[in-house]
Amino acid sequence: MIEQLLNGLALGMVYALIAVGYSLVFGVLRLVNFSHGSVYAFGAHMALFFVGLQFGVIPAIVFSIILTGILDILIDKFSLAPLRKKKSKGIAALITTIGIAYIIQNLLMIFFGSQTKPFPAIFDYGYVTVLGISIKSTQLFILVVSLILLAILTYVVKFTKIGLSMRAVEQNQKAASLMGINVNSVIRFTFFLGGASAAIAGSLISGYYQVVYPNMGFLAGLKAFSAAVLGGIGVLYGSIVGGLVVGVSESYAAALLGGSYRDAVAFIILIIVLLFKPTGLFGKKDITKV
Amino acid sequence: MLVVKDLNTHYGNIHALKGIDLEVKEGEIVSLIGSNGAGKSTTLLTITGLLKATRGQVSFKGKDITHASSSDIVHMGLSLAPEGREVFPALTVQENLQLGAYTKKDKASIKESYDRVYDLFPRLYERKKQTAGTMSGGEQQMLAIGRALMTEPKLLMLDEPSLGLAPNLVLLIFDMIQTINKQGTTVLLVEQNANMALSISNRGYVLEIGKVTLSDEAKALSENDKVRKAYLGNIDH
Ligand SMILES: Nc1ncnc2c1ncn2[C@@H]1O[C@H](COP(=O)(O)OP(=O)(O)OP(=O)(O)O)[C@@H](O)[C@H]1O
Ligand SMILES: [Mg+2]
Repeated sequence: MIEQLLNGLALGMVYALIAVGYSLVFGVLRLVNFSHGSVYAFGAHMALFFVGLQFGVIPAIVFSIILTGILDILIDKFSLAPLRKKKSKGIAALITTIGIAYIIQNLLMIFFGSQTKPFPAIFDYGYVTVLGISIKSTQLFILVVSLILLAILTYVVKFTKIGLSMRAVEQNQKAASLMGINVNSVIRFTFFLGGASAAIAGSLISGYYQVVYPNMGFLAGLKAFSAAVLGGIGVLYGSIVGGLVVGVSESYAAALLGGSYRDAVAFIILIIVLLFKPTGLFGKKDITKV
Repeated sequence: MLVVKDLNTHYGNIHALKGIDLEVKEGEIVSLIGSNGAGKSTTLLTITGLLKATRGQVSFKGKDITHASSSDIVHMGLSLAPEGREVFPALTVQENLQLGAYTKKDKASIKESYDRVYDLFPRLYERKKQTAGTMSGGEQQMLAIGRALMTEPKLLMLDEPSLGLAPNLVLLIFDMIQTINKQGTTVLLVEQNANMALSISNRGYVLEIGKVTLSDEAKALSENDKVRKAYLGNIDH
């Protein structure tokens, strides 16, 4: 049982890393960015690409983080910012993000092929013992890395000047401009953070399962999105809790009910929680328009 | 200090400003009065760069700012406390003020700005840890003005600062505006409460459906029959 718990926590942390990307962008734009799953797959492929060039796993991940962050900035700059400028309806941006998801996925197929490709294991030293608990080193690595990253993200949003400006833009764009904040740069920075965390999530999961494929982001993206909604989209720690709930329940479902049921569990939990608390576990009342 | 020439602004097909000319000189308090929908807020929003002028020119301290970004304009020392307060509701009073100082780097002068604002509005100091959305309307108005002052404006524009406030608070706000002006900040004031606005102003402009129809010394305007009939709500004053 403890094995399922650890597996679920590791998986959940990765969902959390993807979920914060949904949450951050939703916070500043009130937009569900459906390209995020594909961006995660892009991050995994970039890591694979640089590993293939013999860069070593860690440098490969760092390159992937930077490139994926930039990809997210470009997505905003060329497809979403022009829509904002024209003050178009939210639904146009939503459809655009779905379109971009497929464009990225197809480009990955063209350049990397649609087959499943092997990815080297990261930090694989078999089992290690921490505080009397025996845990796979790969799981430990995922847990530690994502915890550190989520802590950094939370710190940036809560305690830095750029984080304060993100919260200002989230609450009132007009007033934020009147304070001299360049709203578009804040939005771009937010996309960069989202892209970077998706790249890390993509690399971690690829190292864990040791495979990479172009539409790996579809299900992971949907589950992370439900994790974000489950926790209350727009609330950072909500996404983390949501991710853990989804990861752990999925892991137990796979063990108790069999692998074919694992994917449905996240959504069943989501629906049940929303029935009782439509804003999600930690959601704010005023944020309702998904 | 601020010179506006032939300013035109559109909302889509709606021609909201049809050639506004006005000027604010250093040290003055200037009032902009006019009935609902005359274009007062639109004028202020266009000056700050939040709305784009379709024709005409705005210059501030001798520089053309017609096409400058709002953040550059704030940085140059022109600040607006917008209609309806527009505080950041989920942030604390202090965080709201901190955002006012967003473009400032010099720690010492930011500290001075805090002192000045807390000095003017002790109530804000008492409530600095409170989230802005839970404050009363009057307190939020103080915060909106305080936040605009944190940008260290040379010219402060206030859009209906007395809107929805109890009479004693209105008096307090007008008192503050005069104090702020005496401390060296030039003020452009938009008000429904034309009587009081003119009483503290040097000069005034009357706006009607997107045009300036009258401009004069404040005293002369408040004695003008047309103005008294239309905006002061009282002929035999
Ligand atoms: N966002 C908008 N879209 C379309 N028309 C607008 C918009 N904002 C203002 N207008 C129109 O522009 C004109 C001027 O509006 P403005 O808000 O500047 O008036 P105002 O003088 O500030 O009025 P009030 O005293 O009610 O605040 C009005 O006719 C108004 O209907
Ligand atoms: Mg107005």
